[in-house]
Amino acid sequence: MDKITERLAEIVGKDYVSTSAEERFIYSRDQGVQQPHMPDYVVLPDNARQVQEIIHLANNDSIPVVPMGGGLVLSGLTIPLAGGIVLDMKRMNRILEVNESSHYAVVEAGTSQGMLDAYLKKHHPRLKHSLPDAPPAATIAGNIAIHGSGHLSQSEGGFHSEMVTGLEVVLGSGEMVKLGSCSTVPGWFSRAPLPDLAGLFLGWNGTTGVITKVGIKLFPRPRFHDVLIYMTEDIDIAPDILFRIIETEVAEDINYALSPKPDYLNGFQMIVINLVANTEIELNMKKKIIRDALYDYYKTKESGFMPLPPAMKGDFLEAPQKALSKFADVKKGGGFEYVGAIMPVEKIPDACREGVRITDRYGITYSLGARIIGRGHSAMFFFAYPFNRADTQDIEKVSHALEDTNAAALKLGGIPWKTEVSGQKLILEQMEPQTSSLMMKIKSLLDPNGIMNPGNWEVK
Amino acid sequence: MDSEYTDIIHRCFRCGWCKLPTTYQDFNCPAYLKYRFESFASGGRMWLIRAWINGEIEASERFNQILFSCVTCRNCVEACALPKIKDKLVDIFIAARQDLVDQGNIPPAVRDYLKAMTVNGNPYKMPQEQRGAWAEGLNIDRYEDQEYLFYAGDVGSYDELGMKMARSTARLLKSAGLSFGILAEEETSDGNDVRAAGEKGLADYLAQTNIETFNNKGVKKIITLSPHGYNAFRNEYPALGGQFEVYHYTQVLNSFLGDKIHTGRYEKKVAYHDPCYLGRWNQEYFAPRRILGSIPGLKLAEMDRNMNNALCCGGGGGNFFTDILGTGPDLSSRARVREALSTGAEVIAVACPQCYKMLDDAVKDEGVQDRIRVSDIAGIILESGMK
Amino acid sequence: MHELKFDPEICKSCTSCDCIMKCQYIDLESDQAKSEHAKLVAGEDSSILHDCVTCYACEEYCPFGNHPFYLIVERQEQRGVHPAPKPLEESQVIMMGPKGRIKPKELSPPVMNMCFFTVMNGGIRGSLFEGVSKFGGSDVFCNLMFLHFARNSTIRQRLPLMIENIMKNFLEPAGAKELICYHDECYGTYTSWAPAFGIDVPFKPVHLFDFIYNRLVELKENIKPLGIKVAYQRPCSNRLCPQTDHFVDDIFSLIGAERPKREFEYENALCCGGVPEAQQRFELTEEIQHKNVEDMKASGAAYCVFNCPFCFWTLSEPVLKAGLIPIMMSDLCLMALGE
Ligand SMILES: Cc1cc2nc3c(=O)[nH]c(=O)nc-3n(C[C@H](O)[C@H](O)[C@H](O)COP(=O)(O)OP(=O)(O)OC[C@H]3O[C@@H](n4cnc5c(N)ncnc54)[C@H](O)[C@@H]3O)c2cc1C
Repeated sequence: MDKITERLAEIVGKDYVSTSAEERFIYSRDQGVQQPHMPDYVVLPDNARQVQEIIHLANNDSIPVVPMGGGLVLSGLTIPLAGGIVLDMKRMNRILEVNESSHYAVVEAGTSQGMLDAYLKKHHPRLKHSLPDAPPAATIAGNIAIHGSGHLSQSEGGFHSEMVTGLEVVLGSGEMVKLGSCSTVPGWFSRAPLPDLAGLFLGWNGTTGVITKVGIKLFPRPRFHDVLIYMTEDIDIAPDILFRIIETEVAEDINYALSPKPDYLNGFQMIVINLVANTEIELNMKKKIIRDALYDYYKTKESGFMPLPPAMKGDFLEAPQKALSKFADVKKGGGFEYVGAIMPVEKIPDACREGVRITDRYGITYSLGARIIGRGHSAMFFFAYPFNRADTQDIEKVSHALEDTNAAALKLGGIPWKTEVSGQKLILEQMEPQTSSLMMKIKSLLDPNGIMNPGNWEVK
Repeated sequence: MDSEYTDIIHRCFRCGWCKLPTTYQDFNCPAYLKYRFESFASGGRMWLIRAWINGEIEASERFNQILFSCVTCRNCVEACALPKIKDKLVDIFIAARQDLVDQGNIPPAVRDYLKAMTVNGNPYKMPQEQRGAWAEGLNIDRYEDQEYLFYAGDVGSYDELGMKMARSTARLLKSAGLSFGILAEEETSDGNDVRAAGEKGLADYLAQTNIETFNNKGVKKIITLSPHGYNAFRNEYPALGGQFEVYHYTQVLNSFLGDKIHTGRYEKKVAYHDPCYLGRWNQEYFAPRRILGSIPGLKLAEMDRNMNNALCCGGGGGNFFTDILGTGPDLSSRARVREALSTGAEVIAVACPQCYKMLDDAVKDEGVQDRIRVSDIAGIILESGMK
Repeated sequence: MHELKFDPEICKSCTSCDCIMKCQYIDLESDQAKSEHAKLVAGEDSSILHDCVTCYACEEYCPFGNHPFYLIVERQEQRGVHPAPKPLEESQVIMMGPKGRIKPKELSPPVMNMCFFTVMNGGIRGSLFEGVSKFGGSDVFCNLMFLHFARNSTIRQRLPLMIENIMKNFLEPAGAKELICYHDECYGTYTSWAPAFGIDVPFKPVHLFDFIYNRLVELKENIKPLGIKVAYQRPCSNRLCPQTDHFVDDIFSLIGAERPKREFEYENALCCGGVPEAQQRFELTEEIQHKNVEDMKASGAAYCVFNCPFCFWTLSEPVLKAGLIPIMMSDLCLMALGE
């Protein structure tokens, strides 16, 4: 055992440090197409103190540290590009507090989405948090650290990072700080009215510090749930249809999808509208409101609602949606990666065309789609490309397609989300220099030795 | 490894559904729960086996630990998001172990276990003549031409708690007037866990020995004490030429209730723990619950994770004998005891001698003997005072 | 090729116009009905083309067997009237289309065609179906559902191939002359639509209920009379073969089920609501389902038995909410057999 391993073992216990080939192999790669790179150590802290000690150690010895939650980001953001320590946060998964009246929960960073959902279902059945469609093993902190989005992003106020009510963070420099109301009073209810420092850790891919605790907003969990699916062949009417649905103010989640598989859906766009209600009457009323909002469209028979017998609704009512993970097996190959671009809603039609063009160019298949964020304030448009993990050419094609897609998304006026390092470079190149320079100043303030997830958000 | 497996191993996405139950409460993979490295979850295991096949990593001590810590509980099979590969996950882990066994590259504890099985015919290194010792004083006939064979298995024959459970069960079968007999020293290990540990050759040999004995004696119907034996007889033996009608003892007792068996009252809150080899492997979730539910006074509690989502005791896949999972508060058996306690139950009811011992030890490790204890279903019926 | 056998002269001399007057969804006075129908016959635009819910019932109402419904569908298609949204229609055309993926299978009579409903294979079990060989899927699918989409052309185009597939791949190798139709839409295709369009059917179609009835007679000893009241959801396709409706009563009398008196029964049966929903007529859908289920409830029925799986999927939720148990006919019979 080398000195550092020994030190790490003293901090977290020897069972929770590994330098074995097996762990280094697994933690060197994720599920997407990014090149693997080995960590030197994989460390599993149990609490914020330990995280702090690890960061101190890493600063002393200039060892890179890559925080990792579920490791499900797909775009390589937890691959230790410069080696060093991968800090797997999932032992820190205690649910610390649920405040029913003020609708928030405080959890340790590594708490999984699934666990929080199950916990709320059992102990606070009238409340829920906004679940992403990521596999349930994804973590709360990993998701907010990249501005994730999910089932309540449309109806309840946007990206999951906007639902953060407070944070506890170990900075890259090793200080532990609290942000939001919890910094001043006991409750974790709000980031306002204080200067908003939480933003220094949201969207930063773990380059400014390690989040150790998260306060997250909770919302009512109505008892009734249903789904409507609107189908059209005309890409260009999508923004207006979305506008009309949003205008009703009764849709919980709105997703748009276009996929060449199965063949009977090729070329048909589906707008999936999830509805919730506290009573059946309310649910039926909401369905009627949505249908009426689209009457001008469906009366022409050019587009319309798909009849959905209850037995066929199951998959659409599920959260998280397993179907998205299943997409990895489209090429019988255990892989997909996507460019998720945050973009204006009106760009959806062009984004679809661009996605089809790029995939045609590389001869690969796709699933395109968008989740509406906020009341139509933007969309998270995904260009998802499956690949066969055992086929290097396929992986190559998908890598190129993803690069082209990042560039195309920017050209369309969108911004690639949780993007690979190459995509981050494209963004930084296009960013106003004053902005990127401010970013770098902040990074060097919070992480003076540049140990935090190096390679990410870097201007060379 | 069989091409049936190597053709699909790259299809695992390692998306982590396999770590949780389908209801997400907490990590439900005993090996992952204990070690917490991605490498110990089913997805990690799949990727490592593939890397090993492709020559990217070697079969080190750690690799062996990762492979042999799988308790074959099939939670991953239940939870996996990919319908085209999910059923094969555990089969692939067992096949990889088999390759390691064939290469003689296995953890010492596994080697010792397999050696004992080969040399002594049981993992306890006990004499074969003592296989029937559990039945002493019960006046149980040897199997001749009775309707049923009651098969006690390794744990039921040699483990203290297993023997207690075998005795309780046999007493109930007798009092119900069932025509059955036992094989005692003529019994051979069912081979279920040897197979799960990757020693297919030995498992086949044990199975063939049993099949021959059963056939020679004209056995048609078998009642097993252990779900592990139940699984082997039901799912493995037919392909080797052993066609028997197989029952787990809870299924038989369930059919006797209110007819051949009348229980007394049992004024306790009881949480039932599903054994993997009865539940996820063989979809029998209800017989044990019906028995418990029919006992007057008994309040049946469900743990958060139950039936197809039950957390394994950690004893499957040979781990009961090899103890690769070791010790510590994150042992699934201890987590299970805590989960049972949180229901307010005073008793954990088990239907498997391995679960019995695992959970009984865990109650002691947790230091909660004063709050909860473990009892098997036959034992509970007897305690209720039969009418 | 395969022109509809329709005689305009019959309609001209018809005084009752039952096809429209008996319709439960089109509400026209007698004079209006006749004039709208005359327009239909003449190939002009008519409100009927737009208001028809495609429930098939007029095929049963016409006393002359002059195929009023098939005519509506012809005219809708000729005039480009789309009862359901076009993307829905187009995707159904692809989804239900022949895939050329027939798996050879050893069959022996009796042979059953599951139609597109191979997901219901599990229902074909127990002594009721012992010895039955089955096949199904998009390559042997009657395609009659395209009547709901104004697409006689699709049926015309596909049916001969389907019949050939059935004969060559299944019936001939099995040496079977008869084909049990799991779905009475197939039965209606072979006994009504195909003859109306001059397509030969080289086998004898057997209605599922006909088969079940005869099996039950054989198994009579094993039947434990159910002693329950059961409402029957008559599907649209049964309008093409009303001569088989008596089997429901015959089966009920064998299994000891009572078919309570209802308003929306026999000729007055109501659509399950699936098709009007596809037509985007949501209020009508709700209204029909409500009337139908309330009527079942008022009849005192404890169960609602289905013939068509699509009706089952569409209506079982409203039926359950009304406190009745939805069940397929085969399962109801298995229940009586104690299986
Ligand atoms: C099938 C599928 C569906 C998906 N659907 C969605 C979706 O609907 N919505 C959505 O938002 N995402 C989705 N994703 C993307 C991604 O899985 C999720 O955003 C997920 O929540 C990321 O969380 P994680 O814990 O896996 O993060 P990781 O992948 O572990 O980490 C993501 C980033 O955050 C950093 N990080 C992690 N933990 C910390 C910490 N404690 N402190 C500081 N930095 C940290 C990492 O360094 C990395 O840069 C999906 C992914 C898949 C595979």
